[in-house]
Order: sequence, then structure tokens, then C-alpha cells
Amino acid sequence: MTRVHDMGGRFGDGPVVPEAEDAPVFAEDWHARALAVTLACGALGQWNIDTSRHAREKLSPKDYARFSYYEKWIAALADLLVEKGVLTRADLEGKGAAGLHKLAERALKAENVAGVLAKGGPADREGGPPPRFSPGQAVRARIPADNALVDGGHTRLPAYAAGAQGYILRLHGTHVFPDSSAHGLGEAPEPLYAVRFHASALWAHPEHPEDEVVLDLWQSYLEPL
Amino acid sequence: MPHDHHDDHSHALLPPDPALRVKALETILTEKGLIDPAALEEIIDTYQNRIGPQNGARVVARAWSDPDFKAALLADADPVLAELGLYGRQGEHMVVVENTAQQHNMVVCTLCSCYPWPLLGIPPGWYKSDAYRARAVREPRKVLAEFGVTLPKGCAVRVWDSTAEVRYLVLPARPEGSEGLGEEELAALVTRDSMIGTGLARQPGEAPA
Repeated sequence: MTRVHDMGGRFGDGPVVPEAEDAPVFAEDWHARALAVTLACGALGQWNIDTSRHAREKLSPKDYARFSYYEKWIAALADLLVEKGVLTRADLEGKGAAGLHKLAERALKAENVAGVLAKGGPADREGGPPPRFSPGQAVRARIPADNALVDGGHTRLPAYAAGAQGYILRLHGTHVFPDSSAHGLGEAPEPLYAVRFHASALWAHPEHPEDEVVLDLWQSYLEPL
Repeated sequence: MPHDHHDDHSHALLPPDPALRVKALETILTEKGLIDPAALEEIIDTYQNRIGPQNGARVVARAWSDPDFKAALLADADPVLAELGLYGRQGEHMVVVENTAQQHNMVVCTLCSCYPWPLLGIPPGWYKSDAYRARAVREPRKVLAEFGVTLPKGCAVRVWDSTAEVRYLVLPARPEGSEGLGEEELAALVTRDSMIGTGLARQPGEAPA
């Protein structure tokens, strides 16, 4: 079964309300703080991007739906800090031990911010299994879309594509496999493909016969046809 | 599922008001030396003032002006962008897709909010909204209409759902009447939305949105 974040194709959300091009980057000061605190905590090196995405996804469906964007970030960060043993529940209640943390020496310093942001965190890797598919080849996305390694675990195969037939558009190279990486099971890199699907393979009422959706899908999400 | 705590989320221990919630967490982390307030200011300043759609607009204007640059950008964007100093967090694996008379490209992240930060900065609120994430893949033309964009009948829509660490930038069509403009003037015609695919580039003389 899917989680609440997997909303591609869902009905009932109403119109998209665009902001002006020159609207402030952060609508509220606390949005900027939430982003900065989250990035700074990531630099402590206690989790990876897949773990942090999963932490947001596994907020309860009620919280996920009622929280604004940066509330999700902060809630997931608090959960993750406790889950990874960086903070205790007592710390969050303001009753924790005083003094410097043992990870304090890893704290991101202002002078290193530009370098860390410029360096990024590339996801491509050497090795892994050889590519099984080539451009143009017909494939089917695995069904069900669940994480095959961990029950209820993180996956990047959206439910709307599960079971659909598509065509390999391009090979992106070999990338870290989030279904494994999110759960401390290793990077397990796999070939990653852009796969195009006709809208008619995904939706009962496509808007236009020529429209397509392209998803980036790992090799183990795909079966040959 | 071993890691869920349905009735016992740690975040519920923080204050309910979001601004106070962030403040509380920031205070705890600062007291323990886990975050440096000066580093937070640096991160905020970077994305508020230095990294934004002006970066992507520069790339698009150059691609409109220089066929060799455009060919290289479409073939393999990463080395081209790295040379311009536009490599970085959330832009490690870039693919640039070109709008043509036959195909309009549009980018979404249905699972979260993946977005090419080094080129466009932090995504706008609508890009992260449930409505955009849910609908862009199923009814892109209705969503485009909400942005005031109507495509000719013969133009197909290709929606790119950013499900991996690959980030997509749309290369919008160069507007008619822009012949003879220099790169700087062209860059002023490139909107953020035109590089996500929910807008088109401005016509010369058209007022900024």
C-alpha cells in the first residue's frame, strides 16, 4: 500500500494557485529558519537524503495532510533527531542534559556553507549490475509499488505508474538505490532510467492522445515485456 | 512496520505553533553546539539573495544565442553547467529538455519537491502544493490553463516526474520578436515558470508578471 505523500494522479485537490514570479523566496521568516536548520542538521552526517525523505513520508497521514510544507520538514527533523539518537525525547521537552553534544565538532560552520552547497551530493556510483534495458525497449513498472526490501519502506516508484507499460527513454547511469539506502541497508547502486509512459497507459481519461509522463525508475522497478 | 510510531511521534513534544516549533528546535540544537546560528544565516542568505531563477535564465539566454552551447547543454548538461559554476546541491545530475512546436515539457515532483536548486533556487509554494503534485501528471493541460497557458492542439505535453536525483530544466522556446537582442536582454524574458514548463518566455516589451 502507498503512503500519503504518493499523490500523483489523485483527485479532489482543487486549482493550483500560482504566486507571482517576484514573490518572496520565503513567505515567512520561520520557513527560512526551517530550511536552514534542516540543512545544517543534515551536515551532521547522521542520515542521508533518502532517510530524510522517508522521515517526512512516514509522518502520520493526518499530520502530513494538515501540516504546511515546512511544518513537515521540522516535524520529520525532530522525529529523525530522536530516532537516530542525536536528541532524546527529554531534550525536545526542554528537560535534557546541558552542555555540548558529542557531535558538536561536526556542526556546519558559516565559512563552510558555500563549499558544502557547491559540492552537493552526487548519487551516481561505479559498479552495480550492468544495464538490462536499452533505449526504446518496452518495459513494465513493477506492481505493487511497495518497497521490496522493507515493509512500508521508502520507495521512489509512484503508485500511479505501477503495472503500467512504458518505454526506456535514456539511461542516466548507475545511481544509489533509495529503497535500500533509506534504511541503512547500503547504497546498492542500480542502473537508473528515464522511462516514458503514454498518458493513456496511466489514466482512464487522458487529456490528449499524444501526451506522456516520464519517470526516473531504477532497474529493479522494471520488468522486460 | 517497525519504524512507525503512530501515537507517539517525537515531534508532538514541540510547541504546536510552527514558528515556535522551529524556534524551539533551533534553540535546543544551538545550545548543544549542533548548529551554528551564523551558518543558518549564511544558508538563508544564499537561497534568498544569491541562488535563484536568474541563474537558469542566464543559461537559457546563452542557449538561445549560441547553437553550440545549446547542443552541448542538451546532450550532457552537467559539464556545461559545472563550467559556469552552476553545479551544486540538488543539481548534481541535470537534464535540460527543449520545448518545440511539437512538444511542451513540464516538470513536477509528485513524491516530494525535487527541483534544480542551483539553477532555480528554492521552489515556489505552488510547486510544492498538493494540487500541483497530484494533478500535473494526470491533467497537465488543465494545470497549464490555471497558469494562463494554452497550447496549440498539435503540441504534445511531456511531464517529467522527478522521482530520482536527476533534476530537469525546461529550455523554453525563444520568443518571436527577440531577434537581435543580447544575452542580458534575453535573460530578462526568461521567467522561472517558463523553466519549469508552467509558463512561456515573455515577449519583448511584455510587462513582467
